Amino acid sequence: MTVLDKTDRAILDIMQNDFPVAIQPYLEIAKVLGTDESEVLSRVRNMKDSGLIRRIGGILDSRKLGFYSTLCALTVPEEQIEKVAAAINLIPGVTHNYLRDHDYNIWFTLTAPSREAAMQTLQELETFLGIKIINMPNQKVYKIKVSFDMGV
Amino acid sequence: MNYDEYDRGILKLVQGDIPLESRPFSNIAQSMNISEEDILERVQNLLKKGTIRRWGAVLRHQQAGFTTNAMVAWKASSEQSDAAGCIMAGFKEVSHCYIREVPDEFGYNMFSMIHARNDLELKGIIARISEQTGLMDFVVIKSLREFKKASMEYIKGED
Repeated sequence: MTVLDKTDRAILDIMQNDFPVAIQPYLEIAKVLGTDESEVLSRVRNMKDSGLIRRIGGILDSRKLGFYSTLCALTVPEEQIEKVAAAINLIPGVTHNYLRDHDYNIWFTLTAPSREAAMQTLQELETFLGIKIINMPNQKVYKIKVSFDMGV
Repeated sequence: MNYDEYDRGILKLVQGDIPLESRPFSNIAQSMNISEEDILERVQNLLKKGTIRRWGAVLRHQQAGFTTNAMVAWKASSEQSDAAGCIMAGFKEVSHCYIREVPDEFGYNMFSMIHARNDLELKGIIARISEQTGLMDFVVIKSLREFKKASMEYIKGED
């Protein structure tokens, strides 16, 4: 884990919760923190190089774009895990794929342009793997937020 | 759901990684032949509409110190779910909370993603959620290995 100082944490806090919609966003952050733009840019670059910052951009709402997304799980015999995980990873609409500590041991999320397209992908995958996949689309969202408290 | 070619161009850029430079939108503005101000106005609109749900840096949680991340699935009746969902959503350690349609053989219909710094902290958070929501039947489904984590490419093509 990267060692972050107070300024790094303050930058991350702003970048997660209040990233300026501005021509020069890092200049705006620098103003808030009383430093200069090049200092902010170089710190952000370091945190990106270290892998702490995955990316900078937007998280889009799949439903607002007319997409269907769902959580799926399946039970895979130990010796087939690698093969099955690799096959699932190949599907472009799979954004998360994890080995988990449960009878259903592989869990993945699938996003597709429509429900029909998602069902077809799942059906093809079931046929290819010969394993039943459970499909758990969300019915109601209470929270989606992924920002981490930087302790500022 | 109407997005013109400019919105699509912007969404295509921001669904990925915007350039880390002083003026991140200057290239795209030039290539679309509009001003950076126009780009930003459109970004503001897409944020207002909720098409862009979050804006800024996306972190890798393990490296942010949240090494114990669990999916916890709860059994919630239709009478319990709204109140429980609101309580769970109020926990800062909970990043996602949904009701899902699940097959009877699984049965746990309320999902929460919880991020903690260690097992002890995770147990404490789960106990507090259980106590405050009254949901007693749950299963902690920890991730053992990440095979893939990517951001969705909604807008494709060369445009």
